[in-house]
Amino acid sequence: MSGPNKQYDPVEVATLDPEAVERAVEEALEAIRGAGSLEELKAVRLAHHGEKSALALANREIGALPPSAKAEAGKRVGQARGRVAQAIAWRLAELERLRDERILVEETQDLTVRVPRHRLGARHPISLVTERVEDIFVAMGWEIAEGPEIESEWLNFDALNIGADHPARGEADTFFVAPAGSGLVLRTHTSPVQVRTMLDRTPPIYVLCPGKVFRTDDLDATHTPVFHQFEGLVVDEGITMAHLKGTLDAFVQRLFGDGIVTRLRPNYFPFTEPSAEIDCQCWVCGGEDPGCRTCGGTGWIELGGSGMVNQRVLRASGIDPERYTGFAFGLGIERSLMLRHGVADMHDIVEGDVRFSRQFGMEI
Amino acid sequence: MYAPVSWLRELADVPAGASGSDVAAALVRVGLEEEGLSGGDLSGPILVGRVLSVEAEPQKNGKTIRWCTVDVGQHGQMLTEGKPQEIVCGAHNFDVGDLVVCVLPGGVLPGGFEISARRTYGHVSQGMICSARELGLGDDHEGIVVLTELLGAEAAEDLKPGDDAIALLGLADEVVEVNVTPDRGYCFSMRGIAREYALSTGVAFRDPADVHVAAANEQGYPVHLTDEAPIDGRDGCDRYVARVVRGVDVAAPTPRWMQKRLTQLGMRAISLPVDVTNYVMMLVGQPLHAFDLATLSGSVGTRRARSGEELTTLDGVTRSLEPQDLLIVDGADTPLAVAGVMGGASSEVSDTTTDILVEAAHFDPVTVARSSRRHRLTTEASKRFERGVDPGVTAAAAQLAVDLLVQYGGGAPDEGVTDVDRRVASSPFTFDTTLPTRYVGLEYSRDEVLATLGAIGCAVQDTGADVVTVRSPSWRPDLVDGPDLVEEVARVRGYDEIPSVLPLPKAGGGLTHAQRVRRLVAATLAQQGLVEVLSYPFVGQDLFDRLGYEPADPRRRTETLLNPLSEEAPLMRTSVLDSLVEVLRRNVARGARDVGLYELGAVTVGRGAAQAAPVPGTDSKPDAETLAGIRGAVPAQPLHAALVASGDAEPGGPWGPARAVEASDAVSWALAVCAALGVDPVVASASTAPWHPGRCALISMRDGTVLGHAGELHPKVTAALELPPRTVAAELDVEALVSVTGAAVQAVPLSTYPMAHTDVALVVDETVPAASVESALRDGAGPDLESLVLFDVYHGEQVGAGRKSVAYRLTFRAGDRTLKTEEVSVLRDRAVASAASRVGAVQR
Repeated sequence: MSGPNKQYDPVEVATLDPEAVERAVEEALEAIRGAGSLEELKAVRLAHHGEKSALALANREIGALPPSAKAEAGKRVGQARGRVAQAIAWRLAELERLRDERILVEETQDLTVRVPRHRLGARHPISLVTERVEDIFVAMGWEIAEGPEIESEWLNFDALNIGADHPARGEADTFFVAPAGSGLVLRTHTSPVQVRTMLDRTPPIYVLCPGKVFRTDDLDATHTPVFHQFEGLVVDEGITMAHLKGTLDAFVQRLFGDGIVTRLRPNYFPFTEPSAEIDCQCWVCGGEDPGCRTCGGTGWIELGGSGMVNQRVLRASGIDPERYTGFAFGLGIERSLMLRHGVADMHDIVEGDVRFSRQFGMEI
Repeated sequence: MYAPVSWLRELADVPAGASGSDVAAALVRVGLEEEGLSGGDLSGPILVGRVLSVEAEPQKNGKTIRWCTVDVGQHGQMLTEGKPQEIVCGAHNFDVGDLVVCVLPGGVLPGGFEISARRTYGHVSQGMICSARELGLGDDHEGIVVLTELLGAEAAEDLKPGDDAIALLGLADEVVEVNVTPDRGYCFSMRGIAREYALSTGVAFRDPADVHVAAANEQGYPVHLTDEAPIDGRDGCDRYVARVVRGVDVAAPTPRWMQKRLTQLGMRAISLPVDVTNYVMMLVGQPLHAFDLATLSGSVGTRRARSGEELTTLDGVTRSLEPQDLLIVDGADTPLAVAGVMGGASSEVSDTTTDILVEAAHFDPVTVARSSRRHRLTTEASKRFERGVDPGVTAAAAQLAVDLLVQYGGGAPDEGVTDVDRRVASSPFTFDTTLPTRYVGLEYSRDEVLATLGAIGCAVQDTGADVVTVRSPSWRPDLVDGPDLVEEVARVRGYDEIPSVLPLPKAGGGLTHAQRVRRLVAATLAQQGLVEVLSYPFVGQDLFDRLGYEPADPRRRTETLLNPLSEEAPLMRTSVLDSLVEVLRRNVARGARDVGLYELGAVTVGRGAAQAAPVPGTDSKPDAETLAGIRGAVPAQPLHAALVASGDAEPGGPWGPARAVEASDAVSWALAVCAALGVDPVVASASTAPWHPGRCALISMRDGTVLGHAGELHPKVTAALELPPRTVAAELDVEALVSVTGAAVQAVPLSTYPMAHTDVALVVDETVPAASVESALRDGAGPDLESLVLFDVYHGEQVGAGRKSVAYRLTFRAGDRTLKTEEVSVLRDRAVASAASRVGAVQR
C-alpha cells in the first residue's frame, strides 16, 4: 500500500499499474466475500473502499500522471472502485437479509397457546333460538308482542275458554299467587299476550308472542317448571287453516331446512276450534331411517298445538267473529332446542353451567 | 284407551288384511293420537305352568334368586329329558302350586326378545316366568303373573299346565292404545273407537248399544232424585236407571273371553258382577255400579252431601264429604257412593250377595269433576263422567249388564225397570254450511258437509238453504257451535287435504326499540366475556336478609306463591341477582374457577295490599273499568339485567400473569352496556346492599334516572351466599335504559385542528370520588376540553394522611383554530380552580 502521495513521486505511480489495480480489486472482493457479518463488512468497506484503501490511493495518484495517461488510468481505477462498491452493496443486502431473517426467527412466539387474551362470553341457546324464531317471523312482516309473567287468571284462562273447572286450572298444574283469590297466576302459556294484543288492537293482527311460562312440573330430563315457548296469532279477514299450514311450513323450512313440511292432526284445545296438533317432517332422516333417534323412526316430530282461534276467545277479546277469523299456534323453545341441537337432558338447559352456553357461542 | 283389534272387528267392518298399525293410522287421521301398539309380535312356546318347587338362593350381590321347577305339561324338558322345567326367577310373589306363565327356549316375547336356555346364578335356566309387562299386558313389573290372581281362582281352576297362554290371555291380539282428548269422552269405549274407525275409513259401524231394552215401568226399584245445590243450574243427575237381578251366583267364573278383553284393556278380573260392569263400561262407555241389594233400605236416590258427613269408599279410605259432592243414598238416607266417582264399602257386592242392583246413571260432568278433584280420586268412572257420557246409552248399558249377569251368573231379572229420565234436550243450533270452506280454505260442497254431519250422528233440519239447523248426537256434548262442526267436516275429509298458503301481512315494523335494546344489552355483555344463563325466578324468605337489605328496603316487597315448587323458595325475585348468584355458586361448586355470568329477566315489584284481579264473564269484551282492574292488579315486572363474576377477569398465559376480577370490572361491564346504547351516564359512589359499602358505584343519568349499581359484593353477603370472596356484581334496569335511549344521536362536527395536552396533579381528600373531581375539571375547562383521563392515583406521606393525589391528562382542541400554549394554560387553570372550589383540590 502506498502512503500519502503529497508530492509527485513516480515510484508510487506503480499503484496504477493494471496488475496492481486488479490485485487490489481481487483482494477487496475476497475480503467482501469473507465478511460474515455487517460489522465485518463495515471493516472491509473501510479497508478496501475507504479513503485509505489501495484503490482510493491509486485514484489519488491519477492526478500525478501525465495527461496522456490520465484517461486510461482514471477509467481503470474508476471501474475497479465500481466493482468493489457493487460487491459491497450486494454483500450488504445479503447480510441484511440474513440478519432480518435471523431476527424474525429469534422473535418467534408460540401462538398455538389456546388461552385467549380476552375471553368472549356466550349467549344462552334458549335466547338464541328465541331470537332466531323472532327474526323468521319479523321477516314475514309479523311483530313481536310481550306481556307479564305474573298474569291475571282471566287473561290466562277465562278469556281463552278455559273454564273454572278445567283441570289445567288446578294447583297440580298452575302456580297461584297469594293470597288465595288474588286472581293472579304465573302464566301457563304466552296465550294471555295474544288476548292482550286483541284487546288493545284491531285486526289485522300478526304477532309472535315468545316468553317464559310456568307449570308445576318437577325438573327432570324432559320437563322443567320454568320454560319458554312462542305462540303465533293471526287475526284478519279471510284467514283459514290453509294460512296456518302455510305459516307453519314456512317457519319449519327456515328453522329446520328447505323442503321440510308440517302435518296437521285433529286434536283438542279449549282456545282453538278446529284444533290441530303440529307434526314436522324429520329433518334428520326425512322418514328414511327406522332407527332414527330424532323422530323415533316415524318420520314425524311432534312440535306443538294450533288451530283456528275459538270464536269465544274472539268475543271475549272484543273481536267480531262474523267478520274476522284467526289462527294461533304454540311451540316449545326448549323442545326445539333439544331437537335441533341434540340436547339430551333438560338439566343442562336450566342449570346455568357455563360449559353449556359456551358450546353455542353467539349465533345459532 | 286400549282397543284390541279383534274386539274392534265385532263393532266395525275392519278389512281382513288390516293390521294394528293400519287401525292406528286410521284413528290418528280423525284425531285419536296413537300412544302405542302391542301384541302380535310374540310367539310360543308361552305356556301355563304350575310351580312344583322353589329354592331361595341368596346371591353375593345381595339379591335372592329362586331356583324353581315348573310343570309345563308335555313340553320342554319333559319332552326331551323327562323332567319338569328348571327355571331361575328373580320375583318372589308366588309359591309352590301357583299357576304362572312360562316362556320356554325358542319363544319370543313382545319387543322381539328371543328366549334361550342360559346359564345364570350357577344354574341353566330353561326359560322365564313372565311378568305382565314382559307379556305386553300393561306396565306391571312388580312381580310375575300369578294366573289365579289375574283371572280369579274360579277361572283358573280348569287351567292345566301346558295350556297355551297366548290364546288364554289373548297375547297374539294386536292392541292399539290411543290418547283420548277431553272433548271426546265417548272414545273411552269400544263403541266410540269403532265409530271413529268407521268414520275414518267409511266402513260400516255396528252399535253395541243397539240391543232390545226392557221398557221402563212403575214396578221398578224406587229411585228418588234430589239436588239441593245444582251447579250452574244443571241437575247433578238427570237420568238414573235401576235394574235388579236376583239369585246371582257371584262366585260363578267370568267367561274366559271377557277376562281376556279386560286384561287387554289393562284391567284385572275380580268377580263376575264387577267384571260385567267393567266390561259393559268398556264396551259402551257407561260406568255402572253393582250394589248388594240386601244392604239397601228400600230405595236409592241422589242428594248433595252435608257438611261433616263421611263415607268409606271401596278403596278403604274414609272421606270427609262436602256440600258440593253429589251422593247416592239409600232409602234410609245413608250415603252409598260419591256419584260418578266411587262406591262405598258398605253396599259393595260381597261373597254372600245374591241379589244385585245395577245402577246406570248420567251425572253432571262438572259435579263429578269437582268431587274427583276435591277427593284426589280419579277413577275409570270419573274419567268418563267428567268428559261426558252418552245419556242416550244409560238404559242399554243396564240391559247389557243384566243380560250378562243372567247368562253367566244364573240370576233372574226383575220385571220392574226404573228409568228416571230428566234429560233436558240439547238445543239445536244453526249452522252455515259454507263455514267449513271459509274456515279451512278448502272447498267443501254442501252435500259433503251434510253427509259428514249425518255420519257423525247429527240430526239436520234441511230447508235447502245454506244455513241448516243441527242437533248434536247424545254422545257428542262437545258439538255446540259452527266451528265445532267445521272440525268434524275437516277431519272426516282429512287434515292432510288442507293446502299450504302463506298469508301476507302488510309490511311490519320490525323489532321495537325496547326489543332492540334488550338484544344489544345481551350481546354486549356476552362480548365483554360474560356467559348468559337462565335461572328460576323463585327465592327463599331469608334471601333478602342474607343480601343485607334494610327492613324498609323496597326490594323486600314481592309476590308469594301459594303452591311453590319448594317451600324454601316461595317468593318471586325482586332483582335478577337474587337468583343469579346461585348459578355462580353452582358453577364454582362444579369446579369452574373463573366465572362471569349474566341474565336478562323480569323482576317483581310487589303490589302490597292490592285489589284482587277481577274475573269477569267471557261472552263479550269486559268493560273498560273491569279491564283496567285486571291490568292494574297485575304487579309491575320490569326487565333487569344482572351480572356476577369471580376468579380471573383476564387469563394468564405466556404474555404474563392473570388479573383477578375486581369491582371496577363490574362497573366497566355495566358502562360497556351504556356505551353500546350511546348512553353517557354519571357514576357516583354509593353504599347500597348487597354491595361492599366502599366498592359500589351508582350508575345514573344526569337527570337522576337510576340505571343500576355495580361493584363488589359485601363480604358478609358472599359469606352468607357461599360465594367466592371478592365476587363482583351489577344489576341494571333495562326498562330505564330503554327509556333514556331511542332519540336519534345528533352528531358533533369533528375538529381537525391540532390537539394540546396538559397534565395536572391534584391533592384531594381520600373520600372525594374521582367522578366529582372529573366533573369539576370538565365544567371548569369548558367546551374545548376533548378528553380527560385519570392516569395516576397516589397515596403517601407527601400528600398527607387522609389525602390522595390524582393526576389527569387533559386534552384540548378547539373547533375553529389551533389553541395557543397560553390559551391552554388559561383553560387548565380554570379547570383547576373549579376543582379547588368544588372538591377542595390543591394543585401539587
